[in-house]
Amino acid sequence: MAVNMRLINRHPSRTGALMLLLLPFVVLLAVYFTGSSMRLADNPDDKLLPSATQMSDAMKSAAFAEDKRTGEYLLWTDTASSLRRLGIGLVASAAIALVAAIATGSFPLASATLSPFITVISMVPPLAVLPILFIVFGLDELSKVVLIVIGITPMIIRDLHARAAEIPAEMWIKAQTLGANSWTLVLRLVLPQLLPRLLVAIRLSLGAAWLFLIAAEAIASTDGLGYRIFLVRRYLSMDLILPYVAWITLLAWLTDELLRRLTQWCFPWYGGGAR
Amino acid sequence: MIVVRNVWKNYGDQVVLERLNLTVKEGEFCSMVGASGCGKSTFLRLLLGQERATRGEILLDGEPLPAEPDAHRGVVFQRYSVFDHLSVLRNVMLGLELPRAKFTGRLFGAQRRAARDEAAAMLERVGLGAALDKYPQQLSGGMQQRLAIAQALMMKPRVLLLDEPFGALDPGIRKDMHVLLSELWRESKLTIFMVTHDLKEGFTLGSRVLVFDKVRVDPQAPGAYGARITYDIPLDRTRASASAVHMAQAAVQGASSIELVSD
Repeated sequence: MAVNMRLINRHPSRTGALMLLLLPFVVLLAVYFTGSSMRLADNPDDKLLPSATQMSDAMKSAAFAEDKRTGEYLLWTDTASSLRRLGIGLVASAAIALVAAIATGSFPLASATLSPFITVISMVPPLAVLPILFIVFGLDELSKVVLIVIGITPMIIRDLHARAAEIPAEMWIKAQTLGANSWTLVLRLVLPQLLPRLLVAIRLSLGAAWLFLIAAEAIASTDGLGYRIFLVRRYLSMDLILPYVAWITLLAWLTDELLRRLTQWCFPWYGGGAR
Repeated sequence: MIVVRNVWKNYGDQVVLERLNLTVKEGEFCSMVGASGCGKSTFLRLLLGQERATRGEILLDGEPLPAEPDAHRGVVFQRYSVFDHLSVLRNVMLGLELPRAKFTGRLFGAQRRAARDEAAAMLERVGLGAALDKYPQQLSGGMQQRLAIAQALMMKPRVLLLDEPFGALDPGIRKDMHVLLSELWRESKLTIFMVTHDLKEGFTLGSRVLVFDKVRVDPQAPGAYGARITYDIPLDRTRASASAVHMAQAAVQGASSIELVSD
């Protein structure tokens, strides 16, 4: 590699790229375990930075040992509950957002009515309405799902509305000259154009969705990944909290990757590269 | 067939078109030329129904034009004329499916197969027979415009409107497209309106050339007066006379120099 080239033109080789990709992860782990072993050498009962053995023991008992009280395997029941809430929340948000964005994006009359309203509604801080949700929907599943929906739907609608506005005017005209009525125009032009953009919008909302899920679980729940973390916090169980956080991160990343591949697979025409 | 009666188009205080009067017979190919911003594209949008005339009326077979685009008027734009989410074949089939399936927007079974064959035949005609299953992004600019033309012709429109259809193409490909368009026009006896910046293109393709130009210019208020059709040149296409080209060229150059003065 020529050293005198501009930095902006210097690209890593293939193996170099892999090394650079791993570097921050390796550094993070090295810093953590150095600190952990130093603290544990000082005080073997230290709970703040548990060792790898302590964490894997804690995870083993969470994943493969029956809970004495309920007879369940905690990690898997927690994961199943959280993913169910997240999944229902995401699907409901996507459905609501798609209908609303198609309405406001296609029909000026609907847009005149709803767009300013949605802009205002999207400014309501979702966590501030959480008490209202608990009062109205009770403390069980529904209020948690509704929090996710309230938290991410307005942003997805606004994003999709902007995407609908990006459909070139030429295409709207062309569809009309090909004999489309309002309904078939939505069905054959707006819907297929918005679907891949919906998947992208959901990917971008994943972080927020997890945030609201864990917040709701922390406050009122009897299972779920967020509930578990906040429960064992009372015993300073960093040996369980840290692996749980890593597990949640992994799940979130997998969801994102899944949606990305789904977009590529279902909509090969989207994003320039067709094949 | 098309009668334009005293049409004006204003945007706020700005007059874009004034006092347009025009009669176009079925099967004419009108090239519309003129300096930039002289309202040729605006006039095309009026014909398309995308915009409405401020004053006056446009009649198609004695009836006022509907105020929205419809299946009687096909259109090819310079860009974004085809649907990027549909394959080449589906793009052309769309024009057969939409008018017949008012609720689903799709055809099924035998009807679908018939539509498929009809669309494939049309694509064969414009030279896209080998690209049926490709997506538009996989096609070159020229092939995309062939697709857009095929898609528009599928509707058998009364009028075909072309808004600088070949403006973004390489000269060689443009020549191929001219041949194709001339053939299609002669075969179908369509009425065509084409906006173009390329004077030569206007004269080679058209059977009639309309030159848009501002007759009156107020240097203090450039928007006070609109453009009119200053030259209406019927062409005998067997001997497209050079003098006509010169006349129009002079007119267009005159228009741009007037604009310079008024700026």
